[in-house]
Amino acid sequence: MSVPHLWQRLRNEAVTTSRIHRPLLLVGCTLLIALPFLVGLGFGPAWVRVLDFVLLYILLALGLNIVVGFAGLLDLGYVAFFGVGAYVYALLASPHLTSHFPAIAALFPAGLHGPLWLLLPLGALVAGVFGILLGAPTLRLRGDYLAIVTLGFGEIIRIFLNNLYQPVNITNGAQGITQIDGLRVGPLALDRGLDLFGLRFSSLHLHYYLFLALAMLVVFISLRLQDSRIGRAWVAIREDEIAAKACGINTRNVKLAAFAMGASFGGIAGGLFAGFQEFVSPESFQLIDSIMILCMVVLGGMGHVPGVILGAVLLTVLPELFRFGAGPAQQWLFGRVVVEPEALRMLLFGLTLVVVMLLRPAGLWPEPRHRRELAQ
Amino acid sequence: MAALLEALNLEVRYGGIVAVRGCSFAVEEGEAVCLIGANGAGKTSTLKALARLLPSGGEIVYAGTPLGNLPAHDLIARGLALVPEGRGIFARLSVAENLVMGAYHRHDDEIGADADRLYTLLPRLAERRNQLAGTLSGGEQQMLAIARALMSRPRLLLLDEPSMGLAPVMVDRIFELLRSVRTQGVTLLLVEQNARLALEVCPRGYVMESGRITLSGLSAELRDDPRVRAAYLGG
Repeated sequence: MSVPHLWQRLRNEAVTTSRIHRPLLLVGCTLLIALPFLVGLGFGPAWVRVLDFVLLYILLALGLNIVVGFAGLLDLGYVAFFGVGAYVYALLASPHLTSHFPAIAALFPAGLHGPLWLLLPLGALVAGVFGILLGAPTLRLRGDYLAIVTLGFGEIIRIFLNNLYQPVNITNGAQGITQIDGLRVGPLALDRGLDLFGLRFSSLHLHYYLFLALAMLVVFISLRLQDSRIGRAWVAIREDEIAAKACGINTRNVKLAAFAMGASFGGIAGGLFAGFQEFVSPESFQLIDSIMILCMVVLGGMGHVPGVILGAVLLTVLPELFRFGAGPAQQWLFGRVVVEPEALRMLLFGLTLVVVMLLRPAGLWPEPRHRRELAQ
Repeated sequence: MAALLEALNLEVRYGGIVAVRGCSFAVEEGEAVCLIGANGAGKTSTLKALARLLPSGGEIVYAGTPLGNLPAHDLIARGLALVPEGRGIFARLSVAENLVMGAYHRHDDEIGADADRLYTLLPRLAERRNQLAGTLSGGEQQMLAIARALMSRPRLLLLDEPSMGLAPVMVDRIFELLRSVRTQGVTLLLVEQNARLALEVCPRGYVMESGRITLSGLSAELRDDPRVRAAYLGG
């Protein structure tokens, strides 16, 4: 039997996956399609917006999961790749470059309006290159040391975005880039909404479907990568780098592939974010955002795709719940708002994380084998 | 006939510290050779240099090709496998997955059959094939590390202190395994502190002291050498 077959068989034996029934899958898909309408009806459009962000964060968390979960490389600067993807989209789909560089304006008299099918892959590519730029000098580092360097890298990117407005204005500094084209799929401008079969699909709904499609694609790629030859190599370097080398794994290439692949997922999410918000500024790409994405991966269950998705959902929805719920809850309990909901939000959020990590150290939904290991 | 592995004036430095100073030795095809010596003699550094895990001076020739600039991960496809110091098993993978990982570079269809052969040889591993490798005892982990290296169908097996930290019963089992590996025609280069057992399994040996090879010869001679007796065999 050849290696891929053997590996597949071993995984199936080790991970007792419950077979997904076809009818269940159908119900799940219908639910995913109907979800924005249900949420919109039940909780209002603000929550449909939260739903859109949940999907963006799923993209980000799955990207970071490749680096941290699969390959075991602790990356604290991941949001930089999100930023790179966002700025690639922002620069190539806004009047910023044409208004500051006459040469570019002459080249594109109608203005720069890159199409989505070009800008998303380009953002992924550029972010991937940045991933390799970060990976190459850190090949010999592991654990805490790697975390510190990646943290520095993330800050460098943010500071560059903040300051690249002089002598030539590339990023427009802290003011950010405005008037970015909204996302368009073919002739359909997502920010205008759509009336179809007597149903009103708002801009938030349409973004939801685009993000959902891409999130599904990234889930699919993640699952395929996990069982691939390179997926096995990632597991090996995560467990023991010297033994991995002794097994014939080119650890340098395999690590760079992890950085590049993870970064490109972040780049795609960044492009979507820029087109969705129609505005980007360096403020959106701070250390706290990197930490948040890392928390999603760790809280959900490192290396386990369904767990990471759960982590992304929880850590996007929970803070919003606190934001909406903390004020009224205090009003009801004490008759007045004692602590600002905004201040309380991070406190409760941190507390939740601590409790979860104490009770479920491998994450909420770890890979079955990890759960087994901790139990033994 | 040229030796399968030959080191000429091998030198390993850590910054200013010289760990291995100009060692020369050779291993013929089909032989089992041990490299014995006290802690810090430079045995592990020598082995790491041979496995290209450390940069080294001098020359290493394996099967007629100089290993000089080859990366570590290229060696296994050439039949040179390493059982690293401290075992280096993949703790959060099952025993079976560890074995498959040992055949990472192979693309043939006989990997499953090879694993089954190893299970017959090592029933303890067969019993635990679906268990996570990290939950095995030290001796079982060492067996697994050797079995994983054998999955690459090596011509030359480099072993770094396979008896380290194991109970005496387990040490005997490991050396039993090495004997049977030898009978399959695999060439062995064994680095060991346990000189008595190493000299029993390997017909020929080298003694290392502070980075130099100070003695070499047939194991029977080494065993009778008063210096070896005093230093490594307890008088």
